[in-house]
Amino acid sequence: MSATTSTYDWNKTIPIDQVGVEQRVDRLNSRSIKKDSKIQALKLALSMIDLTTLEGMDTEGKVIQLCQKALRPHIEQPDLPKVAAICVYPNMVSVAKKELQGSGINVASVATAFPSGMATRKIKIEETRQVVADGADEVDMVISRGAFLKGEYEYVFDEISAVKEACGSAHLKVILETGELQTYENVRKASDIAMHAGADFIKTSTGKISPAATQPVTLVMLEAIRDYFYKTDRMVGMKPAGGIRKAKQAIQYLVLVKETLGAAWLTPDYFRFGASSLTNDLLMQIIKQQSGVYQGPDYFSKD
Amino acid sequence: MADRINVLKTYKTYVGGKFPRTESGRHYKVYGKDEEVIANACQCSRKDFRDAVVAARGAQNGWNSRSAYNRGQILYRIAEMLEGRKTQFVEELKPLGIHHRTAQKEVETTIDTLIYYAGWADKYQQVFGSINPVASNHFNFSIPEPTGVVSAFAPEESPLLGLVSVITPIIVGGNSCIILASQRYPLPAISFAEVLHSSDVPGGVVNILTGFKEELVDHMTSHMDVNAFFFTDPKVNKEYRKQIDENAALNVKRIVHHPVNDWSQHQEDPYLVTKFQEIKTTWHPVGF
Repeated sequence: MSATTSTYDWNKTIPIDQVGVEQRVDRLNSRSIKKDSKIQALKLALSMIDLTTLEGMDTEGKVIQLCQKALRPHIEQPDLPKVAAICVYPNMVSVAKKELQGSGINVASVATAFPSGMATRKIKIEETRQVVADGADEVDMVISRGAFLKGEYEYVFDEISAVKEACGSAHLKVILETGELQTYENVRKASDIAMHAGADFIKTSTGKISPAATQPVTLVMLEAIRDYFYKTDRMVGMKPAGGIRKAKQAIQYLVLVKETLGAAWLTPDYFRFGASSLTNDLLMQIIKQQSGVYQGPDYFSKD
Repeated sequence: MADRINVLKTYKTYVGGKFPRTESGRHYKVYGKDEEVIANACQCSRKDFRDAVVAARGAQNGWNSRSAYNRGQILYRIAEMLEGRKTQFVEELKPLGIHHRTAQKEVETTIDTLIYYAGWADKYQQVFGSINPVASNHFNFSIPEPTGVVSAFAPEESPLLGLVSVITPIIVGGNSCIILASQRYPLPAISFAEVLHSSDVPGGVVNILTGFKEELVDHMTSHMDVNAFFFTDPKVNKEYRKQIDENAALNVKRIVHHPVNDWSQHQEDPYLVTKFQEIKTTWHPVGF
């Protein structure tokens, strides 16, 4: 699917009704999910997590600890679903890969000079090849927001295509960093560019910029995925990341996906949460649903 | 015809330094001494309690890391603010059928109680901590540290004095708390929250809910992120006490039952502060 040149006029802007988007999100957020459906939603959300650690102070020990958490989210309930992937910096890929060997949990690595994306294309391609060679199953790249905002859409398109090619068989997630894109129209345009250039997933944010993932932005991106699917019959995944800490938010996101794209997208293959502290809140809610007793963080492993 | 329609106060809850209504949207009627309706109060749900625990947990560490001296200052400040609004509280106690003089006495005793515990803020560690003689080359000392987040029932009687006598020994030692106000007469509790709000107490250190004990007792005693539960009911049914103990056993919560019949006769008590403290002993090696 990865084209080398786009045949699309990126200067055309698809108008977004800001008030409409925000009201639709509010409307869907008021939906109440209880009892069995809630437990099912919580477990589904848990299986969709990309357990993430992207700090300058990350060490091998921290990554190993996170991998253990991914394998056994809560030791007292071994039958809970595992998370979808671990997301780390490039130099930690081999550590995570070794730790997760044979577990079915993917290793995702950020690449292309994450989080700023301010590097030459050559370096970005090299970095992508390196993480794939080290064993990354998924690559999270950032787009060049500067170029995008200057209107150099072809440049952004070509860059994504080139990284996609460098990924080989690894899945490519394209981070739009919506907090820097200013308008919903830009979010929509960046989504379209990323999908046409071959992205397997589009992702909201790096988590380093505020605002990170918001529901209105996610809805705009989901609608772009839907329209792209109608046009090309290819399913692209969605990953909101950053700022999602509560189980309640996670369920609200699942409702958005279900209502915009349908149940086919409600699997870890097509929807992910980029988060770390969300895991424990989901676990606490699951145990609360089972036991009827409100839980405290003291009784869950740190992540 | 009256010249104007009186503006009645909406009594809300006090959680995390804000005054939200209950998320459940429910309310119940509060009656005066002649069974006339005098106000509506929020009938808080378990979710309001859950939110209050989050607020209390968030505030506890910051409150505890303030200097003991500063906590004393803030308690003293509450007393000052209450002194300034004495008349309001006296008036608010009257519809309950409390005589003017008794009401005035209750408000004044409340202020004195605050001053009393404010004094203890930077003293209880010295009085209740100790240096222990040990047989090895160690400097060995024990100091009280706050238990953490405490949930509590305010007494049914003495809606102001009782409430403050329950809150103060908890917070003076660096704990944060969630208090369920007197069910029958919760109004002074919410007015007291306004005093707290304007007296440098960080939001979340004291959270005041109104509602039914029967409905909330299980959640207040079973929540895994609450470290202690405090109640002062003079008479407690054996079954009821058993249920509380069983709930508390889930996370080995401290249950403090301190029965008081008449709050106006209740003695100020530094030992009450120590009920919400854990003793930490440190062995510090010393050179030869």
